Amino acid sequence: MLRAKAFRGSLMYSELSVLFRRRRTWAMLFTVALIPICLAFAVLASGSTIPPGEGPPFLDRVSQNGLFVGFTAMIMAIPLFLPLTIGVVAGDTIAGEANTGTLRYLLIAPVNRARLLVVKFLGAAAFCLAATFTLMITGIIIGAILFPVGPVTLLSGDVVSIPQALLRIFLVAIYVTISLLGLSAIGLFISTLTVIPVGAMAATVVVSTVTQILGALPQIAVIHPYLISYYWLGFADILRNPMDLGSMLSNTLLQLAYIAIFGSLAYSRFTTKDVLS
Amino acid sequence: MVQSSDQQWAIKTVGLTKSFGSHNAVDSIDLQVPRGSIFGFLGPNGSGKTTTIRMLMGLANISSGDVSLLGYSVPEEIGKALPKVGALVEGPAFYPYLSGRDNLIRFDSADRYADPATRAARVDAALAKVGLTQAESKKVHAYSLGMKQRLGIANALLQPRDLLVLDEPTNGLDPQGTREVRNLIRTLAHEGITIFISSHLLVEIEQICTHLAVMSQGKIVAQGSVEELSKAEVLSLNLFTAQSDLALAGLKSVGITATADGEHITATVPGGQIEPERIVAVLVELGVGIKSFSLAAPTLEERFVLLTGEGFDVAR
Repeated sequence: MLRAKAFRGSLMYSELSVLFRRRRTWAMLFTVALIPICLAFAVLASGSTIPPGEGPPFLDRVSQNGLFVGFTAMIMAIPLFLPLTIGVVAGDTIAGEANTGTLRYLLIAPVNRARLLVVKFLGAAAFCLAATFTLMITGIIIGAILFPVGPVTLLSGDVVSIPQALLRIFLVAIYVTISLLGLSAIGLFISTLTVIPVGAMAATVVVSTVTQILGALPQIAVIHPYLISYYWLGFADILRNPMDLGSMLSNTLLQLAYIAIFGSLAYSRFTTKDVLS
Repeated sequence: MVQSSDQQWAIKTVGLTKSFGSHNAVDSIDLQVPRGSIFGFLGPNGSGKTTTIRMLMGLANISSGDVSLLGYSVPEEIGKALPKVGALVEGPAFYPYLSGRDNLIRFDSADRYADPATRAARVDAALAKVGLTQAESKKVHAYSLGMKQRLGIANALLQPRDLLVLDEPTNGLDPQGTREVRNLIRTLAHEGITIFISSHLLVEIEQICTHLAVMSQGKIVAQGSVEELSKAEVLSLNLFTAQSDLALAGLKSVGITATADGEHITATVPGGQIEPERIVAVLVELGVGIKSFSLAAPTLEERFVLLTGEGFDVAR
């Protein structure tokens, strides 16, 4: 009880409440929610069944079972749209405060510089979670409204009940959230390098895009396993029976490594530079 | 090295220097701000004042020298000093998409020594002190400059403070606001709070400060209590007469070199060198018609310009 009260008065709570009260945050979450909605209506409008293999994965299963709307929408959103929203939030973490001039008043409050970095990163991580869950939950709802919902046929051929399917959907959302944490750490670091938030945001999105381009070049396959995007689309194993969480583990370790590296870079940069904004 | 004797000073620096490459923006300054004083920190644009304040607040790195803030060494122990310091540095800054009240709540949440239970009450009290209670729910992007300035002062007053560092506190305020701030400063000083004001409004400074320091080109060129600094070694002579040439000659004869601008003749006279009655007698003897004459201590503005130099160009 006391700890809950203490959290309510803390900087972390303030950061979350300021982030989730901004119009911009809600606009981004709303646009993320539109992805599964547009997808579902598009499938509905096309009428005829889609041959398997055409379009994004799972698209052929959407009209048979609305629970696949979320998966398909997630696959569509991962390459560009989700990194775009993460880039906006992560790029704004320190550069945004410097730009409004509020950074100096936070530091004078006083806020220890390392503590500010941690709070800002956790805020960005909370946004990652909000974005993926918004997408998934909207997908489930619109899928249930427009299409039949029933026991789900997994990739391995087994049929699982609806609660089991919802569990796997939940795990996929967690998986994608974890996938975005490394990019958030990179965005945090870039944000400490500039006082222009738009620059940091754009640079973060560029990092994400370039990473994926590199990941598509077979000539440099040797570096592929170390790119942040390597496991981004690797959640298919969750949709098998038995559920294989191997790629979830590898992804988590990779993202943690990026958080450690870019978190340290952000720390060393931010704790030593003059704050002239 | 910070010593226990530093407790008597709200701010003490020894050889504080900030260098950018080969250029010293702040060049080995020894600043001493007594506790309980109202300390005016003056200097032309580019003199290194703001850089000094940023170093005191832990925002900018110190190139060399020692700094103690309320007896704590900066930057090692600055986290212990800052909760007792309220500041307005280079203008107020707020989140434009939050209301005035929410902004103060945000900054208070950041202070880990601030008690969340009393937060609402303290924010209300701070807003009341600066007259913003009516406007507290408006978003800051709709605030005028004066309102933002008041909110900045409120931010500095969220907690009981031992030291207030105010950079241009009356900037953008209407005359009523300026008077209120001046009274507020006096009230706070009465409570024993040290007030460190950086301002260009020399008339203001002259009225309320007990101590002064003047910076020019990175160095402190004058520092001390207002009384000490007022003991003018140099007096300012102002004479209005139609017979300028005659007057200039007459002043020359008693060892005063003056300049004439139409009917207005000015000169600086070392204190104690000559009595005003003697000057008047000499001039009257020569037949100079005196419209107005004064021999008095220069105003702060005149002394400031004497110390820091004439000219519009900002220091390098």
